[in-house]
Amino acid sequence: MIEYEPVIGLEVHAELLTRSKMFCSCAVVDSTEAEPNRYVCPVCTAQPGVLPVINRQAVEYAMMVGLALNCTINEFNQFARKSYFYPDLPKGYQISQYEHPLASNGWLEIEVGDSTRRIGIRRAHLEEDTGKLFHVGDHSLVDLNRAGVPLLEIVSEPDMRSVEEVEAYARKLRAILVYLGVNHGDMSKGVLRFEANISIRPRGSEELNTRTEIKNLNSIRSLVRATRYEIQRQIEVVESGGQVVQQTMGFDEDTGRTQAQRGKEQAHDYRYFPEPDLPPLHISREWVAEIGERLPELPDARRERFIQEFGLSLQDAVVLVADKAVADYYEAALAAGGDPKIVANWVTGELFRLMNTAGLEIGGIRVAPEALVELIALVEAGKINNNTAKEVLEIMFETGRGAEEIVEERGLAQISDSSALEVLVERVIAENPQQVQKYLGGKEGLLGWFVGQVMRETKGQANAQMVNEMFRKRLEALREG
Amino acid sequence: MSDLTDLTIEEAHALLQRGEVSSVELTQAHLERIEAVDGLIRSYLTVTAGQALDQARAADARRAEGEDTPLLGVPLSYKDVLCTRGVQTTCGSRILEGYRPPYTATAIEKLEALGAVMLGKTNMDEFAMGSSTENSAYVVTRNPWDTERVPGGSSGGSAASVAARLAVASLGTDTGGSIRQPASLCGVVGLKPSYGRVSRYGLVAFASSLDQIGPLTRSVTDAALMLNAIAGHDPRDSTSMNVEVPDYTAALRADMQGLRVGVPREYFIEGMQPAVEAAVRAAIDQLAELGAEIREVSLPHTDAALPVYYLVAPAEASANLARFDGVRYGPRVVAGSMWETYRQTRGQGFGPEVKRRIMLGTYALSAGYYDAYYLKAQKVRTLIKQDFEQAFEQVDLIACPVSPTTAFRIGERIDDPLQMYLSDVLTLAVNLAGICGISIPCGFDENDLPIGLQLIGPAFGEEQVLRAAYAYEQSTDWHTRVPAL
Ligand SMILES: [Zn+2]
Repeated sequence: MIEYEPVIGLEVHAELLTRSKMFCSCAVVDSTEAEPNRYVCPVCTAQPGVLPVINRQAVEYAMMVGLALNCTINEFNQFARKSYFYPDLPKGYQISQYEHPLASNGWLEIEVGDSTRRIGIRRAHLEEDTGKLFHVGDHSLVDLNRAGVPLLEIVSEPDMRSVEEVEAYARKLRAILVYLGVNHGDMSKGVLRFEANISIRPRGSEELNTRTEIKNLNSIRSLVRATRYEIQRQIEVVESGGQVVQQTMGFDEDTGRTQAQRGKEQAHDYRYFPEPDLPPLHISREWVAEIGERLPELPDARRERFIQEFGLSLQDAVVLVADKAVADYYEAALAAGGDPKIVANWVTGELFRLMNTAGLEIGGIRVAPEALVELIALVEAGKINNNTAKEVLEIMFETGRGAEEIVEERGLAQISDSSALEVLVERVIAENPQQVQKYLGGKEGLLGWFVGQVMRETKGQANAQMVNEMFRKRLEALREG
Repeated sequence: MSDLTDLTIEEAHALLQRGEVSSVELTQAHLERIEAVDGLIRSYLTVTAGQALDQARAADARRAEGEDTPLLGVPLSYKDVLCTRGVQTTCGSRILEGYRPPYTATAIEKLEALGAVMLGKTNMDEFAMGSSTENSAYVVTRNPWDTERVPGGSSGGSAASVAARLAVASLGTDTGGSIRQPASLCGVVGLKPSYGRVSRYGLVAFASSLDQIGPLTRSVTDAALMLNAIAGHDPRDSTSMNVEVPDYTAALRADMQGLRVGVPREYFIEGMQPAVEAAVRAAIDQLAELGAEIREVSLPHTDAALPVYYLVAPAEASANLARFDGVRYGPRVVAGSMWETYRQTRGQGFGPEVKRRIMLGTYALSAGYYDAYYLKAQKVRTLIKQDFEQAFEQVDLIACPVSPTTAFRIGERIDDPLQMYLSDVLTLAVNLAGICGISIPCGFDENDLPIGLQLIGPAFGEEQVLRAAYAYEQSTDWHTRVPAL
């Protein structure tokens, strides 16, 4: 049987979260929340006679992404008109870069399993987003809040060879955009959208076969599902003697299937031509250098730093830097005095578990990094043990209250008062003469049983280590006495 | 005192300044004449009488406060392709019937800041596509010199309103000759500024790389005053240039000493009306009299201008006019489906010439044809531009006719698009090259129809163009003739 490998390229549309839109001064807002058609003006509603003006911040954001993806930032930039009719496209054309994109020829490194792969970036170009249509009964409503929001289209080379690589690429790219502060990465807001180009070939072959294009994938989850389905679909087509047809496909979230889009989506002639309203944009090398200097630390660099500076394992470092907010949280905890390795364990362990259960991102949790450090400090100081600490964290997570307060109120503090514990130890010895005799008679393994009695008495809050030591000393003293 | 409607901006300003007339009186006089005469001429699509008088009162109040600008209280007309907030702006098209823009064009905003009064919006060929104003979806404007004839176009309403004393001056737009040709046919002054000299913000685009707003006036001084008011960089128009705006009136001198004037042999074409050629040649002799040095020059790619223009302009127009879909503004013809609604709305909203150019442009940009048509046209456009650059190494100005003929009869060319396109054959290269040109009266033909002289200058060479035009005007009396109405 032939083994197939997929050949996959991705196009990622990332909204750039600039203050204002790509070609006008309207605010960029959360279009899933804002009152429809509130953030519009003559320019982005395409009133007759208006003209676009390039948003400098959008250009700089695009340059940042280009540099972070190791691209060449092209000096000569030109916008073009891409013409098609649709009610969410007010001008009847989209202003987009066509022949002269802002960035080209870059790469992005992804980690899958133990290996690292470099995925080529063909180009990244600026364009404007469309508005949104809402279908109500037999008619449709148009919301133009999103019309004109800057979009960066990032096109990879067809370098991915598995669903896992597709997912790693999407996650890595998302992380980079968030690190750069140009996109908040929240896909439920539609700020990141994917298109996958997929073909298959026998493993080992170098040929590029007919591909299909899956459009409008609005989450990494959908991207992964759609890609996995489409690969399988193509394999089945080929194995049953058929041929893959070049076509544009949609993905049905409910059925989990890809299907061909018909009609208007096919065979467009966009009639591109240079946008006469915008003179070519020249990006000087000085400007590129200036933006390069302003680039923040990116995920890979941060991962290396975490390993070098904090002595973390590669695995912990990868997990921590994958989400910028998590890495920021982690570093804030260290700044509050936490021990690097212990904090890493708590974050990637208990905290992630609680977040997963609650379905929350780190930005949405009620445990501040300082509060986590406070909790850890209680463990370190022996005030509470590890198991209690987990319970306390759960309460902190639910209520947002401080660890010390919870421990105090619920009387969860570990009993480390030696005089209090001594009383209990004496009592257990006094009340269990047979066990004492057995111990003295050679059954030293009973030490644990004695400790257990005290722990039961104190509902687990006794400092087990101290109790253990006290019994040993006391019983040994009996033997000698 | 001459009739209030005969005043130039310069003259009106003098009277206003001396308190001999108020803006309200001046405005009222124009509104009355519009009432009396425009039923015949049909230069206006919309007359904003109430608003005009409000603006006139405001101007008088500003003057009473001690303010003074050359345009404070002067009543003007604006081509209906320029957006005016709250005032219907149709571009001469059914597809914008009833459309009231939410904003005002920068050029008009600047005039209003100086206190100019808007009398109304003038008729035009639909979306500025045409050379006779017959392509207006609303009315046919008549030439004040002979009401059986066209005023030219596409700014025919503006030119007619100025020639017929229905406005002191007007703003038009020029994409291939749409200011200069009607100015020539109506015997007024029409200036097409260099591309980027005046903001296009609020000018409803026909061909974005060619369109430019400019004045139509009854004197060269007025043209300079209007240009002073509207020129300059606009942050809302990235194609407006950040080039200093001189005081254009300061350049006006009665002689042409030291100016070299080129006469392009390619601009005296076969089929040109003999009276036009004679008048223009006589005008060139007059320039020599005034001290200009006359030289023959060559613009070898002149023949290519017309085909290049009719690829570039429709291509841009095909995209520019895509926004008129009935979704956000303008009349919507609701049909069975979304696509059918588009088809019907646009099908009924646009007139035949607009449709013809949308189809031409769509074709020129189509996959497989782009290189052969649009791209090639752009390359030839560069050659045309270079022709002028080379000519301007030898001369300061170029003198030639504006239109091969004087005003033609209404209906004469409307069914023959190619014949109509030839009306602009001497003007459109200026737009393709992005340079400036003016039309000034230089004579009359055997039917007493005005003839225009075109003076062309390099990019941002408006000062020398206006200076030469002024010197010529001051040495002749063509501009003093008034059409009998
Ligand atoms: Zn806007």
